[in-house]
Amino acid sequence: MASPYKKRRAPVGLALVAALVALPLVPILLWTFAGEWRFPDLLPKEWSLRGIQHLTAPGSRVAEAVFTSLGIAVAVTVAAVAVGLPAGMALGTYRFRLKGLVIFLILLPILVPPLASTMGIHLTFIRLGLADTAFGVFLVHLVPTVPYAAIILTSVFADRTGELEEAARTLGASPLRAFVYVTLPEVAPGIAVAALFSFLVSWSQYILTLLIGGGSVVTLPMLLFSAASGSDPVITSSLAVVFALPAVVVLLIALRYLKPSGDQGLPGLGKVS
Amino acid sequence: MSDRVKIALLLTPALLVLGVLFSGGVLAALLQSLGYFPAIGMTEFSLDAYREVLGSRDFLDSLGLTVYIAGASTAISTVLAVAAALALRRSSGRVSAVVFQLPITIPHLVAAVGVALVVSQTGLGARLAAALGLVGEPSEFPALLYDPYSVGIILTYVWKEVPFIALIVLAALRGVSEELEEVAGTLGANAWQRFWYVTLPLISPGVVAGSLIVFAFTFGAFEIPFLLGQTYPNILPVMAYNEYRDIDLAARPAAMAINVVIAVMTALFAALYLRLSRRLRRG
Repeated sequence: MASPYKKRRAPVGLALVAALVALPLVPILLWTFAGEWRFPDLLPKEWSLRGIQHLTAPGSRVAEAVFTSLGIAVAVTVAAVAVGLPAGMALGTYRFRLKGLVIFLILLPILVPPLASTMGIHLTFIRLGLADTAFGVFLVHLVPTVPYAAIILTSVFADRTGELEEAARTLGASPLRAFVYVTLPEVAPGIAVAALFSFLVSWSQYILTLLIGGGSVVTLPMLLFSAASGSDPVITSSLAVVFALPAVVVLLIALRYLKPSGDQGLPGLGKVS
Repeated sequence: MSDRVKIALLLTPALLVLGVLFSGGVLAALLQSLGYFPAIGMTEFSLDAYREVLGSRDFLDSLGLTVYIAGASTAISTVLAVAAALALRRSSGRVSAVVFQLPITIPHLVAAVGVALVVSQTGLGARLAAALGLVGEPSEFPALLYDPYSVGIILTYVWKEVPFIALIVLAALRGVSEELEEVAGTLGANAWQRFWYVTLPLISPGVVAGSLIVFAFTFGAFEIPFLLGQTYPNILPVMAYNEYRDIDLAARPAAMAINVVIAVMTALFAALYLRLSRRLRRG
């Protein structure tokens, strides 16, 4: 018997959790539009659009950084899904010897910080002329994204029975046709999740870009980081809003169009940045 | 095409990319940590860097801080996550999904900026304290950023990771039939006993797996302590980075030795996690 008392408690718990989630986001939004906000005022005395104007001001390099971030993240997404899809198919569909080891090797770059491997490879990148280039940054962004894409797609393929495909083959479809017309549509939502994820992981990346980009490849987190180390909360907050925007958009897309992923949760969701 | 060939072909791209960029990088770090660094004329293998690093005061301070930050963040996140999951288990999946997934998707850097704006000496917290008459000047509010207790760092991690563990716990709770808890209740168990003897054992594999990932992540993560941490000591990845940025190239092997230590430890956590989750799946 579920007591009515418990049912009433849920909204209070939800409100409390929601408030804690919102807590650090509130000052970011307030500071973005703050004009004058001195201690100890609880709310800004004056509002201003200085933060927003900074975003489009030519000298601020924000537009350029957003463009660089987007370009790298989109390229990384395409590559990570292209590489992760076949891996996910193999791991999700087949049983084979050494499968545990392969999963371990693919998961490893998520838990072993890519910083360690990237420092190691930096010298080679310098020799090959890849350091300080967007292409070099794209390459190292694959290290944290390919594992996510592969693991997400593994669970997608593992959830399928493969019966439809078999039926298509029995009815005379070639393996390619069966893949394009049966398998692909079936796993499309999973591919979308893997893509959104890879995008966010690349978009949020700071230290790998700093190391390999060496200051020549300026992405949005570079600007946000130097602003956050400075002392202008208005600029920092407006940059933070832009930086957080794709995460919010992705979340809305995921909630609107993708069916709830059920008990799986999203496997790598926690380690987005 | 035999299945074996097919599997090999399907896995090749991913293993190639990760093999070259990740394993290759770790291997290069290992070689450089052993003093093999032809670019600056070092071609003799030695354990000097490890001897120098592992015995140094700086390293031990840094290791202690790293374990403290990762441990405190993980412990606090785990307790709060279980509490939050229990509180939200009856609310609609959609609402709790939004509430929980927002911190998960928002970048760490944004979370750090937000937390800093709340807990700094002129932040929202200090302003509230002033409104309540607890402090008069900003300097009377405790320093929670760049502080020896790493409060700002830990709070940022807690904000980011509680939802991550909570979602795992929520999923595990959905698998727990409430009937079991009700039976325990009918048999006279109080709320605490029902939680401790019925619910917790059922969700604990998920809780342990989630905390292990969070511990490994906070152990090796860089940017939050780099932004909000004190100057000395700082966590191992930041120490490695500082050594690496040293103009003196001879400091490189030391930086790489720290990297290897981080890689080995996090790889151990990963192996542990995988073992655990496999046992979980087998039930």
